[in-house]
Amino acid sequence: MSALLELRGLSKRFGGLAVTQDVSLTLAQGEVHALIGPNGAGKTTLIHQVSGTLAPDSGQVLFLGEDVTRLGLAARARRGLARSFQITCLLPGFSALENVALAVQARSGSSFRFIRPARGEAALNAQAMAALEEMGLAARAHLPASALSHGEKRQLELAIALAMEPRVLLLDEPLAGTGPEEAERLIRLLSALKQRYGILLIEHDMPAVFALADRISVLAQGAVIASGPPDAIRADAKVRAAYLGDDE
Amino acid sequence: MRWRDAWLPLLVFALLALAPFIGFGQGHVLTLLARAMIFGMAAISLSLLVGGAGLVSLGHAAMIGVGAYAVVVLDHARVADALVVVPVAVLAAALFALLTGAVALRTSGVHFIMITLAFGQMAFFTTSSLALYGGDDGYTLYNRMEVAGSRFLEGRLAFHFTCLALLALTWLLVQSLLDSRFGRVLRAAQQNELRAQAVGFAPYRYRLVAYVIAGAIGGLAGVLLSQAAEFVAPAYLSWQRSGDLLFMVILGGLAGPHGALVGALAIVLIEEWLAHLTEHWRMIFGPLLILCVFFLRGGLVGVLRR
Repeated sequence: MSALLELRGLSKRFGGLAVTQDVSLTLAQGEVHALIGPNGAGKTTLIHQVSGTLAPDSGQVLFLGEDVTRLGLAARARRGLARSFQITCLLPGFSALENVALAVQARSGSSFRFIRPARGEAALNAQAMAALEEMGLAARAHLPASALSHGEKRQLELAIALAMEPRVLLLDEPLAGTGPEEAERLIRLLSALKQRYGILLIEHDMPAVFALADRISVLAQGAVIASGPPDAIRADAKVRAAYLGDDE
Repeated sequence: MRWRDAWLPLLVFALLALAPFIGFGQGHVLTLLARAMIFGMAAISLSLLVGGAGLVSLGHAAMIGVGAYAVVVLDHARVADALVVVPVAVLAAALFALLTGAVALRTSGVHFIMITLAFGQMAFFTTSSLALYGGDDGYTLYNRMEVAGSRFLEGRLAFHFTCLALLALTWLLVQSLLDSRFGRVLRAAQQNELRAQAVGFAPYRYRLVAYVIAGAIGGLAGVLLSQAAEFVAPAYLSWQRSGDLLFMVILGGLAGPHGALVGALAIVLIEEWLAHLTEHWRMIFGPLLILCVFFLRGGLVGVLRR
């Protein structure tokens, strides 16, 4: 099983604070690799370095065998690395459909086309609609993104990511702020997706993590302190002390 | 393009087409309307940047100025045929926009405003120092351009309809751009740059292309302005002029190029009307603009839509 995504010795400091310390991990096709850790452990900072929003001080990010460490967010997205955001990141004035259609447009030919109305491009709309349907949002397609409920916005973020036809999904707390019913729905959707992609998942909802993950890495103070299958992590004494113990 | 974006401009164009035949055909009225239409073109091109791409430029008058001074330079060299002058002027403005935009677009927000202002001022002082072309005093053009040897632009009505046709084309072009794939990327990057990047668009190139297109249209407006006034001066490039253009765009409304069209016509005509009433017209005009900003959130076109 060759890795879709591999991090090699990533390190990042903000002034005197080491937020990422020598992090190495891999992600394979069809795998959900969850990153857990207490608040401030550096999970989101790590996702930023993987997605290209933030450059690491040292180390490498390999995506499909290519060194993408020096590439920005947009260039990595075009190569098939899609991310969702912890804080909803949508185009509030665009309809749900157009939010997704933009993602389809990004991978379907040049966007330096100046005359034909994009809204009327049937091929873009059809693929966008399919992604919305998969996320159960088809009925809301023509509403502005700003008019959707919080849970629907989370679903729309996922629909956008799917419409990119990525190889890897980076999901930064996809369940953040959702109610129990919405969360359950999203977990179902995510488990249906996992065969098609490699998913790097950050999530605070432990039942969700243990339901979805094939492998879990635990971050504390920017370093990976344990990594393994869910059962091993659950039993790990260091992890219990650093994190899981908080709950018990 | 949707009907709700199109009906108002079409109505305005129809009124402008009828104007000479329903009592607005005198020379000075047509001169005023030509001026309004030319600023309409410039404002529409600026609205592509401000409304479409979220780029508030305070240097757009420089684009008009580059176009107008291209006419002057060619006139001085005894080249006065539109078939040469117009392409050269438009390309000159586009090139100026490309070079300044490539730098300015590395910044955003207040810095972008300041750097476009700085480039505008550089162009202003450059034209002021061109002694060969009249320096501060400006340069008088004794004739309008020929078009393939014909002098039809000298005709009042011909010039009126030339301006109107170019204005309508400008509106159609900018509206189509905003609705196209290209415009969708611009608008997306304006609303949420991170989102545009996360699906794979690096906004810089799209913004630069928009900046060049807006510059080219500004250059064309500059050519027409030189022909309308038969005179070109550095005042065309003053930062106050850029401010006026920005005000036309904002007063009219940022929802689309129709806002800039209405804003430009309204400001040029209200200015003229107030100037007739009193020589202290700026005392009325200033507060009027302030009230508009406070109470007309969607601009003039926002009111019409309600």
